[in-house]
Amino acid sequence: MPEWLKLMVESLPPLLYAGLVFTVPLTLLSFACGLSLGFVTALVRLYGPRPLADGFRFYVWLIRGTPLLVQLFLIFYGLPKAGIVFDPLPAAVIGFSLNVGAYTSEVIRAALLAVPRGQWEAAYSIGLTWAQAMRRTILPQASRVAVPPLANTFISLIKDTSLAAVLTVPEIFQAAQRIASVTYEPLILYTETALIYLAFSSVLSAGQQKLEARFGQHLHQAQETK
Amino acid sequence: MIQLHNIDKHFGSQHVLKDVSLQVAPGQVTALIGPSGSGKSTLLRCINLLETPSAGQITLGDASLQFGHGHAQPGRQDIHRLRLQTGMVFQNFQLFPHRTALENVMEGLLVVKKWPRAQAEARARELLQQVGMAHKADAWPGTLSGGQQQRVAIARALAQSPGLLLCDEPTSALDPELASEVVAVLRQLAANKMTMLIATHDLRLAATLADTVVFLEDGRIVDQGSSRQLFLQPQNPRTASYVSTLKEGLPEDWAVSRAKCNTNQLKVKLLHAKNL
Repeated sequence: MPEWLKLMVESLPPLLYAGLVFTVPLTLLSFACGLSLGFVTALVRLYGPRPLADGFRFYVWLIRGTPLLVQLFLIFYGLPKAGIVFDPLPAAVIGFSLNVGAYTSEVIRAALLAVPRGQWEAAYSIGLTWAQAMRRTILPQASRVAVPPLANTFISLIKDTSLAAVLTVPEIFQAAQRIASVTYEPLILYTETALIYLAFSSVLSAGQQKLEARFGQHLHQAQETK
Repeated sequence: MIQLHNIDKHFGSQHVLKDVSLQVAPGQVTALIGPSGSGKSTLLRCINLLETPSAGQITLGDASLQFGHGHAQPGRQDIHRLRLQTGMVFQNFQLFPHRTALENVMEGLLVVKKWPRAQAEARARELLQQVGMAHKADAWPGTLSGGQQQRVAIARALAQSPGLLLCDEPTSALDPELASEVVAVLRQLAANKMTMLIATHDLRLAATLADTVVFLEDGRIVDQGSSRQLFLQPQNPRTASYVSTLKEGLPEDWAVSRAKCNTNQLKVKLLHAKNL
């Protein structure tokens, strides 16, 4: 076995461990929180009272207009100066969730607006309430539109979690840095790290296709029979 | 009895309905005719409360609501109660595209009436049978023709047994052949004494189905009477001129070309011209 391959095989367990114990949970948790935040933001901006909607618009403006790395530094290294101290992992989750929330809120807002007004009216006309119409009529149709751009955000997030390394979270990238610094083999280690991220993203892309198929059931069949 | 009293509707500075009063006796079919923008659709949407009237009173069976100054904003419950007395058929069908034909019809029964699934399905199948769509129960709306979609939409509107069926230009988005399927379904409903209020440009629909025709222009009821009276001996000069545009015959040379030519395409064109 060549030397480089040996190093790759030996460093795989600690890298995978860092991925499965830190990167994956960090990604899933941040995406879940961020998506919820994005959904609430979209709803308030579309249907909420004016001042509240403005507040959420300010939030989206602020997050989208500043670098993620700066946001993470502010939360982890900046806020303690104001007496607010987070552990590394919660700080990362908060930072990523706020970020994901801002971006997905725009995706969700656009997807909700993409459902024709007549669908609301049809739902109301048979007696559905706003909440029932949203849940049973609008959301399923909006989801179809939202899945591809949301998958984009999700895949970006997986890769962005490498920034948590600077908050001392021992995720994949930090593990790779550590091993590279003792083996002096950055080319091999970072190539391997890139491949692991690529594998994670590929799994997600497959998941996206499944989701699209599910929400677009009626469209696929319509195309086949036409 | 369906009664509208002095319905007014403003959109901003636009005065769309002006003091409209109308009665529809049970089992009667009323056609609303009038030029585009005359307020036909808005009137139907006010009855279904997709729009809230600016003033006036709506009475459907034993439910009644008053609007305007001096009356409290109607509550969600009141709107819901009144709305369930009506079924609405839209010009563009507006079936739920992510639900099959059957599920479209079942939706209100499951969610609003909270019927058990089996019971809702049985009722929905029966309604699809009635509109001649039983064979397409499991089809997605996107795979159906416009006429078929509209028939499913009619079944959906009837699911919760409303006392009044509102049809907003039910045939306008359809070519004449497909429109005739929908007219056939509506005619059958009329024969079964379904109370209907139909906004339409389709003279055939108005003339063959309606007991009463109401002519609306610029948000006001200009004329009303039996369809025979309104179409054959209109008293009001404005009605006469509008109806004459609906009835205008084919140009002379078209009659000749029809004799010479028997392609389907031309037939359709001719039918269409008759409908204008």
